[in-house]
Amino acid sequence: MPHDHHDHLSPSGHPYRADNDEPLSYWQTMEIAVRELLIEKGVSNAAEINAQIDAMDARSPADGAQVVARAWTDPAFRERLLANGSDACREMGFDIGALQLIAVENTRDVHNVIVCTLCSCYPRNLLGLAPDWYKSREYRSRTVKEPRKVLSEFGVSVPDGVQIRVHDSTADMRYVVIPARPEGTEGWSAEALADLVTRDSMIGTGLAKTP
Amino acid sequence: MTEFDGKRWHDMGGAGAGPVVPAEHDFALWEKRVDALMVLCSTKGLFTVDGLRRAIEDMGPDVFENTTYYDRWIAAVNQNLIEAGTYTLGELGAKMDEVAKRGETYGQAARG
Amino acid sequence: MMPPGHIRTPAYLRGKTGWIERQLGPFGNPEQQAYGLLGDKLTLYRVRFTMAEVWGDQAERPEDTLDAEIYEHWLEPA
Repeated sequence: MPHDHHDHLSPSGHPYRADNDEPLSYWQTMEIAVRELLIEKGVSNAAEINAQIDAMDARSPADGAQVVARAWTDPAFRERLLANGSDACREMGFDIGALQLIAVENTRDVHNVIVCTLCSCYPRNLLGLAPDWYKSREYRSRTVKEPRKVLSEFGVSVPDGVQIRVHDSTADMRYVVIPARPEGTEGWSAEALADLVTRDSMIGTGLAKTP
Repeated sequence: MTEFDGKRWHDMGGAGAGPVVPAEHDFALWEKRVDALMVLCSTKGLFTVDGLRRAIEDMGPDVFENTTYYDRWIAAVNQNLIEAGTYTLGELGAKMDEVAKRGETYGQAARG
Repeated sequence: MMPPGHIRTPAYLRGKTGWIERQLGPFGNPEQQAYGLLGDKLTLYRVRFTMAEVWGDQAERPEDTLDAEIYEHWLEPA
């Protein structure tokens, strides 16, 4: 739906990107033309395109948070998630399409962080679309060389005794980090735990919230 | 240019850069549409994600600074659809001219 | 080797020595698929490197590691 409040922050607190009431750009002109040609040629139709947009909008970090919380509370599920991330997500009912997912686990000794230096590969079919900073030159360039410094810019200080494992998503797999379960959450339900799991904690640029 | 070692612009790992700016935005309708076209056409076998990446890489280094993410993706989707024979350059040009005449804003040109 | 085309092996890892973390695949060769060709099916490996190997003296912490997925034709025994 068109909206006209581009001067304001959205409910999620982020600015809206210039949209329907901004001057038409060259690339927007191309998008309209390509979409209409695809419909005229019978390759797609408006309903299918809208359904795809809705399917993508429905995916969010809340889905990944449920997966992480289940792994924290169900040891057998955790094993399955580490063995085959895609199958474990499908088992929970998430429509992740062809996503080939590897889950990597933070422990007392290891902190994982995900990057894609060649483009901006991201587990979009589980977590939704990637944030802008994940696609930035700064994040893509520096995370493989100075991860500790990059993490410090996100407010995450990794102790010297903890090894960092950087994962560069160079090919067909996508990655999600299972953050360490916060202390003081013994006995919590998976539902309550999921509220502690942030998007950034599943990229590795954040930690799970502490209660 | 004799200094060029063959490393391509998109291959950014290890290059120096400034602090990560924690920017993010909610996606506009036209961006979501580009994303949907990319997924649908690749699912239908009209191109591969590798074909899209190749098109973006071949646009050259300036494109990363001068265009947005979804600007580049629609350019790459279009390039691959032309290569797949889905429509011709003539059809594209005529359609873009017609769209541009519909109005000043995206909402007017897209008719919603 | 720096061929001027669509390659999924990052330049910063070329010529570096790591070890196989796990085997994946087979997956179509992106160097063909990027150009409208059917990709040969290749084994993909997750290869782990130490930061010391990748960055030498410039490593932020030598014992930290970096994993990347690399297709078989970019690998040789070390």
